[in-house]
Amino acid sequence: MAILEVNDVNKAFGGLKALNAVNLSVEEGTVHAIIGPNGAGKSTLLNCFVGRLIPDTGSVMFNGKSLLGIKPHEINQTGVARVFQTPEIFTDLSILENVMIPAFAKLDGAFRINAWKTVGSRGEVRDMAEKVLVEVGLHEKRDVISSSLSRGDKRRLEMAMCLVQEPKLLLLDEPTAGMSRADTNNTVDLLQRVGTHITKIVIEHDMHVVFSLADHISVLAQGTVIAGGKPADIKGNPKVQEAYLGGSHA
Amino acid sequence: MFAGLTRNDKLLFIGFTIAALAMPLLAWPVGANYPDLLQKFAIYGIFAIGFNILFGLTGYLSFGHAAFLGVGSYAAVWMFKGVTMNVIPAVIFGVMVSGMFAALIGFISLRRSGIYFSILTLAFAQMSYNLAYSVLTPITNGETGLQLSQDDARIIDRLFVEQGAGLPSTNLFGLEMSGYPGFYFCCVLLIIAFFISLRIQRSPFGMMLRAIKTNQVRMNYTGFNTRPYALTAFIISGMYAGLAGSLLAVTDPLAGAERMQWTASGEVVLMTILGGAGTLIGPILGAGLIKYFENIFSSYNDGLLSESFSFLPDFLNDTLVFIIGPFVGEGWSLLLGIVFMAIVIFLPGGLMEGLTRIHGWYRRRGGGDTRAADAASSRQAAE
Amino acid sequence: MDVILLQLLNGLDKGGAYALIALGLTIIFGTLGVVNFAHGALFMLGAFCAVSVQAVLTISKKVKDESITFFDAYKEVPYLEAWWGDTGAMIIDYAVPISILVAIPLMLLIGLGMERGLIRYFYKRPHAEQILVTFGLAIVVQELIKAQFGANPIPTPAPEVIAGSASIGLWFGLGEAVVYPWWRLIYLAFAGVVIASAFAFLNLTTYGMVVRAGMADRETVGLLGINIQRRFTIVFGMAAVIAGMAGVMYTPILPPDYHMGMDFLVLSFVVVVVGGMGSLSGAVLAGFMLGILQSFASMNEVKSIFPGIDQIIIYLIAVVILLVRPRGLMGRKGVMET
Ligand SMILES: Nc1ncnc2c1ncn2[C@@H]1O[C@H](COP(=O)(O)OP(=O)(O)O)[C@@H](O)[C@H]1O
Ligand SMILES: [Mg+2]
Repeated sequence: MAILEVNDVNKAFGGLKALNAVNLSVEEGTVHAIIGPNGAGKSTLLNCFVGRLIPDTGSVMFNGKSLLGIKPHEINQTGVARVFQTPEIFTDLSILENVMIPAFAKLDGAFRINAWKTVGSRGEVRDMAEKVLVEVGLHEKRDVISSSLSRGDKRRLEMAMCLVQEPKLLLLDEPTAGMSRADTNNTVDLLQRVGTHITKIVIEHDMHVVFSLADHISVLAQGTVIAGGKPADIKGNPKVQEAYLGGSHA
Repeated sequence: MFAGLTRNDKLLFIGFTIAALAMPLLAWPVGANYPDLLQKFAIYGIFAIGFNILFGLTGYLSFGHAAFLGVGSYAAVWMFKGVTMNVIPAVIFGVMVSGMFAALIGFISLRRSGIYFSILTLAFAQMSYNLAYSVLTPITNGETGLQLSQDDARIIDRLFVEQGAGLPSTNLFGLEMSGYPGFYFCCVLLIIAFFISLRIQRSPFGMMLRAIKTNQVRMNYTGFNTRPYALTAFIISGMYAGLAGSLLAVTDPLAGAERMQWTASGEVVLMTILGGAGTLIGPILGAGLIKYFENIFSSYNDGLLSESFSFLPDFLNDTLVFIIGPFVGEGWSLLLGIVFMAIVIFLPGGLMEGLTRIHGWYRRRGGGDTRAADAASSRQAAE
Repeated sequence: MDVILLQLLNGLDKGGAYALIALGLTIIFGTLGVVNFAHGALFMLGAFCAVSVQAVLTISKKVKDESITFFDAYKEVPYLEAWWGDTGAMIIDYAVPISILVAIPLMLLIGLGMERGLIRYFYKRPHAEQILVTFGLAIVVQELIKAQFGANPIPTPAPEVIAGSASIGLWFGLGEAVVYPWWRLIYLAFAGVVIASAFAFLNLTTYGMVVRAGMADRETVGLLGINIQRRFTIVFGMAAVIAGMAGVMYTPILPPDYHMGMDFLVLSFVVVVVGGMGSLSGAVLAGFMLGILQSFASMNEVKSIFPGIDQIIIYLIAVVILLVRPRGLMGRKGVMET
C-alpha cells in the first residue's frame, strides 16, 4: 500500500520551475531514495511534504489525507518527521533535552501547559530518549550541550530526535553530506538497524549509500521525475546515466 | 509542593526564602534597610522575574512591558477607590486585568517575531501611554494621576466602618500596609513569584519555552504549536508585571501614566540583562542592584559628594568630585546607560554569567577537578 | 480647503523628518544588517549642533550700556557684534544655516566613529543584542546632552529674513489670510533635496550601485574583490549625516530638548516597519504618509469623531500593516517577514 501519494505537483519560484508535474508513490515500509543533480528540486519536494512550501498545483496525500494547507506541526503530529539538509537542533540545550523535546511532542501533543510538574518527574519521556540515544550511539554524551557537537554527531542527534517520535514516515535530506567515509558507513548502518519498520524517503548523492539502503529509486532532474524503479533498473537506465550518473559516477 | 524538584532546587528555594525574609538585616550593612527601598527591591524583583519568563526563556524581547505594570496600578487603585482598601482584592484585580490586557496584546504581537515583535509591543505600549494621557482621562485622571479621594465609593469599607476624616490607608484586614508590614507583604509575594518561576523553569513547559528560543523552526517541525506556548509565557509575564504594578499601588495608592512610558519598559529589560536573562536569580539581582544604586546615586549631588570625600586632600577631592559628579543625582541615568552598554558588549549573559566564569576560573585554579564536572557545575550555577 | 492645505503642509514637514530618519535606519539595516536604536540620538545631536553653534557665536562680553545714564549699567554684547558690527549680528542671525556646515563633517566623524567603535562588533550578534546596545548608547547620548544643555527646550530661531510667513494663500488662490512659515517651506524643500540626492547617489553613481548590490547580495559583491565593508561603513557615516542635517534644520520648528531623539526614533521605527524593512522608497513614502495622516488626525473635526485618534494613529497603522502585510508597503518578499 502506498503511504505517500504525490500527484502532479508543480512549484515555481518566480520564473524558475523548481518542480514540474512530479508524481511519486512511496510504499509503506520501504526506503525510497530520491537522487538527482544539485538544484534538481529534491529539497523543494520535501518542503512540500512538511508544510514549509505549498505547491502551486497538485496533491500530496499521506495515508489518504491531504498534507497541503495544514501547518508543519500538524503534519508532524500525523506522523511525518524530517531531518534537514543543515541540521536543525536546539543548540543551547543538552543532547538529552534535544531528544526529550520531540518525545514530549509525541506524548503530550502540539500544545499542553504542564508547568507545575518537573521534567524529571516524567520518567517515561527520559526512558524513550535514552533508549534512542543508545541506539544512535550518543548516550555517553547525553549531558553535552549540543552546539559543541561535530557535524556528524549533530546529524545523528537530529536523526535521534526524529526516531524518538516513531514516525510513520521519515524524510532525510542528504543525511551523509559532508561526512567522512567512516561516519557515512555508520549512518548507513544506523539506518539499516533502527526504525526498520519506518517508511523512509532519503535524498542522497552518495551512490554507495543509495544502493545499500534503497528499495526504490526516483531520479529527479530539473524538477521532473525522469526515471523510477528498483535500484538494479536505475543502474542500467541510459537516461539516468546521461542526466546524472554519467561520466565518472558510472 | 516540592514534588520532583532536585535537592539543589530545594536548597536554592529555601536559601532564597531566608534571604528574602532577612532582607532588612542583609541590607543593613549597605544602609538600605528601610522599608520603602526594600519594598522596591521586592516589587521590581517580581517585575523582572516575570519579564524573564518571557524574554529569558522564549527570547521574545518585549519593549512594552511597562504597560502591564501601569495597568496593574490603575486597576488596583480603582479597587481601592470603588470597593475596599484591603489589598487582597486590589492585587487580584490588578493581576487579572493586566493578564487580560496581556492576552490581547500578546495575541496580536506574537503573530510576528524578532524585531517586529519588539516594535509591535513598543507600539502598543506607546499607544496605551498616549491614551492614558488623553481620551482615557476619565479612567486614568490624566497627568495628575489616579488618586484616592474623600468621596470615593469604597462600598465594602463603608458597610463596616465609619469613614474617618483623612484619606484611608491600604491594609491587609486591618493591618496597615506601610513600613515593615508593607514590605513583608511584598516579600511574601516575591517568594511565591520566585517559586512559581522556579517550577516553570524546571517543567516541560519551561523546557519548551527554551527550545522555542533556541530554534523555533525545529519546534514547528517537531510537532509543537509554538504560538500558544509563547502566548502563555507572555500572559504569565504580563500578570507578573500587573502584580508588581498593583503592589506599587499598595505601597502608595497612586497611579500615573509615566509608569507606562517606554523608558520604564527599557528599565526592566536592563534589570533582566544586568542580572542574567534566562537565569533564576539574575533578574532579581539586577532589579535589586539597579534600585539600590538608583537610590544612592540619585540622592547625591556635588556638595554631598565633596563632603563624603572631605577626608582627602583638596585637589584629590576636587578631582574625584569632577570625575564622579556627572554620574550622580540627575546623571544617574547616564551611569545606567553606560553600565547597560558594557553589559551587552562584554557580558551578554549578565552578572550570573560573570559569577559562573569566576567560579569556573576558581575551580580550574584549584585543580584536581575534571573538566566535565566543571562544565556541569557551571551550567547548574547558570540556571 | 485652506485648512486642508495647511494640514497637508504640516504633515509633509513632520513626514520629512520621519522620512529622513527612517531613510537612514533603512540604509543601515540594509547594508550592515544592524537595527540601530541610536539613530534618533544622531538626529538629536544634529539639533544640538545648531544649539552649540548658536551658543558659540553669541559668546559675549560685558560692555557699558551707554543708553542708561543715571548709573553704570552693563549689557552683554556678543564678540562678533562688537568686532564686526552689523556683519557680526548677521552671522549670529544665520546660526542655523551655518550649523549645517559644522554638522556635516562632525556628524560624519561621529557616524564613522560609532560604526568602527561599536556597531561593527555587533554584525553577527542577535538582533536583540543590537537593539539593546544601541538603546544603551541612545540613553548615554541623551543623558550627556541633558547634563550639558539642561532639560528645557532651547529656542534656536531661523534667520530674521525668513522668520515671517509666506502668503501661500495667494499662490493657491485661497486668499491672503492663508499663510505658512517660510522656514517650514524651506525645511520641506530641504528634505526633498536630501532624499533626492540620497536616491541619486545610490541609483546613479557606480559607488552607490555597488552598495545597493551589496545590500541585495553581500557575498557575491565581496567575491568581486570589492571591499564592501568599507563602503558600508561610509554609508553609515552618510546616514548619520542625513539624520544630523535633519536635526539641524528641524530646530527652528521644534526647539530641541534632550528627549527629542527618542521621540522621533520610536516613530521613525514604526515608519520603517510600515514602509517595509529594507525598502528605501518604502521608508520615504511611509514617512510622508504617516506624517500627513498624523497631521490630519489632529484636526479638531477628526478628533471629535474619533477621540484620541491623533495620539495613536501611527501605531494603529503599524499594527494593522504588520498583521495584514508584514513585509510593509514596499518591502521585498521574504525580508524579515516573520
Ligand atoms: N525558497 C526559494 N526561493 C527561490 N528559489 C528557490 C527556493 N528554494 C529553492 N529554490 C531554487 O529551486 C531549485 C531547486 O532547489 P532545491 O530543491 O534546493 O534543489 P536540490 O535538489 O539540490 O535540493 C534551485 O534552483 C533553487 O535555487
Ligand atoms: Mg537540497
